[in-house]
Amino acid sequence: MSESDDWPLWEVFLRGRRGLAHQHVGSLHAPDPELALQNARDLYTRRGEGISIWVVRSTEVHASDPDDQGPLFDPPADKAYRHPTFYRVPEDLQL
Amino acid sequence: MTAQVAELSAVDLHEAALELGDDCLVLSHRLAEWTTHAPELEEEVALANLALDLLGQARSLLSLAGEAEGRGRDEDRLAYWRDDREFRNLLLVEQPNGDFAVTMTRQLLFSAYQELLYERMSSGTEPRLAAIAAKGVMEARYHLEHARLWVQRLGGGTEESHRRMRRALDLLWPYTKELFEPTEAWVRAADQGALPPLSSIEGSWRQAIQAVLESSHLEAPPFSAWQSGGRRGRHSEHLGHLLAEMQHLHRSHPNASW
Amino acid sequence: MPPTYSDESRELAFQEAIDSDRTVEPRDWMPERYRSTMIRQIAQHAHSEIIGMQPEGNWITRAPSLRRKAILLAKVQDEAGHGLYLYAAAETLGVERRELTDLLLAGRQKYSSIFNYPTLTWADVGAIGWLVDGAAITNQLALTKTSYGPYARAMVRICREESFHQRQGFELLAELSRGTEAQHEMAQDAVNRWWWPALMMFGPPDAESPNTAQSMAWKIKRVSNDDLRQRFVDMTVPQARALGLDLPDPELGWNETRGHYDFGPIDWEEFREVVGGHGPCNLQRISVRRAADEEGAWVREAARAWEGRQQGRMSAA
Repeated sequence: MSESDDWPLWEVFLRGRRGLAHQHVGSLHAPDPELALQNARDLYTRRGEGISIWVVRSTEVHASDPDDQGPLFDPPADKAYRHPTFYRVPEDLQL
Repeated sequence: MTAQVAELSAVDLHEAALELGDDCLVLSHRLAEWTTHAPELEEEVALANLALDLLGQARSLLSLAGEAEGRGRDEDRLAYWRDDREFRNLLLVEQPNGDFAVTMTRQLLFSAYQELLYERMSSGTEPRLAAIAAKGVMEARYHLEHARLWVQRLGGGTEESHRRMRRALDLLWPYTKELFEPTEAWVRAADQGALPPLSSIEGSWRQAIQAVLESSHLEAPPFSAWQSGGRRGRHSEHLGHLLAEMQHLHRSHPNASW
Repeated sequence: MPPTYSDESRELAFQEAIDSDRTVEPRDWMPERYRSTMIRQIAQHAHSEIIGMQPEGNWITRAPSLRRKAILLAKVQDEAGHGLYLYAAAETLGVERRELTDLLLAGRQKYSSIFNYPTLTWADVGAIGWLVDGAAITNQLALTKTSYGPYARAMVRICREESFHQRQGFELLAELSRGTEAQHEMAQDAVNRWWWPALMMFGPPDAESPNTAQSMAWKIKRVSNDDLRQRFVDMTVPQARALGLDLPDPELGWNETRGHYDFGPIDWEEFREVVGGHGPCNLQRISVRRAADEEGAWVREAARAWEGRQQGRMSAA
């Protein structure tokens, strides 16, 4: 009964409407890309949630290590000059 | 509009809508029977989608049939209070689900037909039929695509799946001739431009099926003992059981609303 | 293996993060017991959605109007979808859906025992929607704030989709209740049979629920069994009145001092029997699931073989 290998896992990304980026919504199992797309459409857009779908084999997603969160994401914290609010401009000007 | 384009008579519209609507109703019922038995959970969702699309089409078409008839029969009156002899669906759609190969083969044969039909119908002269077809053609196209993907995978998958596909084709092929045998009402509806003449889509259907079968390492059986009669109310043994189940509760409470 | 010093400090840091309401994400370090508890809970929730398709699925082909048939089919389809969302959430913890399915079929993981009761009439479809989904939603709303991110997100999606489930059940029963005498009786009979099992869905009383304390500390569980049960009763009593149906509990009554409805004692012996595998439909539910799994094996295998051949063709080209 038990099978040596399941259908592979796919990550599903949906574009909700034009002008928005694709967003990760979940995953599913499918034997191949074509059926993965169909399954994604059937599973994740039953209520009209999307107009475009990407599917990516889960094994193809490379993720950052949460333990590296410090080195990866802390450095920008002291670089306030990257944000517009860092700069003082006369309040009555539109800038 | 020129003088020689007469309007489709109410009787013919009723008949045409019944033929199309019963196909959808019965096939939807068959697909719904898969619930909790599908080969994989993702496919549960897919099969239910096909069933829901077809049920939606059935409801629109049966409502239209009732309106055209003008005797106050609504979709439920038509679905639940006719006996098998009054059903106008193709024999193909009432055939039992069998295994997944049979179900997908049935879907391929029917959806390819429905897609061609709806495409022509959507620019037909009867506005209500055209509107239903315009919406339905998108659904039919998706059903066809789903069936195509599976027929290819089963046909070209394992020895077992290939064997099952061949068996499914042998089983269902005899019912395909009926797809292109018009009733008198259909002929008149086609004369009025409301429905396409069936001869006009038969060639495209054969090509479409042929292409899918070829890409699936399958071929149509060379000979079949053709079966037809559904459109005239002469069905296979299977429809009676389907209706007994479908209609039993509704008929047990004749004056109830649900 | 005894926890090393570093595991211990990680566990402290983990608890601190939980205490400050930080969500746990798949690749974060987590105590092994948190992981296994989470896998078990999400899997059981997923199994419940999938097994839960059966009692309602039992009536799809007999639905008494085409409108009801469409609603029911869409609802049961949603349950398949919700099972899939949940299995996917469990898989982020490093377990495969196949393993979880095998554990279910082997009887080593459970599902909500409510689904071991049969649906005897059409009204049961309404009672399940109103009472069983009502109880499930009460429970699931609390879980949208659970500490494990993928589970919480699946819950948000599920709660959003399920809001129609309870309403359709209520509407179905309302139609029966004010329908013919036979329909009204059918509705009352269904409520009589489903009320107590629905109350049992929140699990044993807090005092006898050994896992509750740890689950609360980890914020896997945010509200206790008894509190959720009370919330459900308070919500449901006025709804029953609006339906014109009685809840089968003579002790049910408003308690001014508590500001809640009192209700009679729950038969926990029956609960243990059903959880222990001796309910009316335990064997049936699992055997249907097993049959679908076994009969689908050749299909799944064919699709894998086909894809393998495509890959081979691509690399040969």
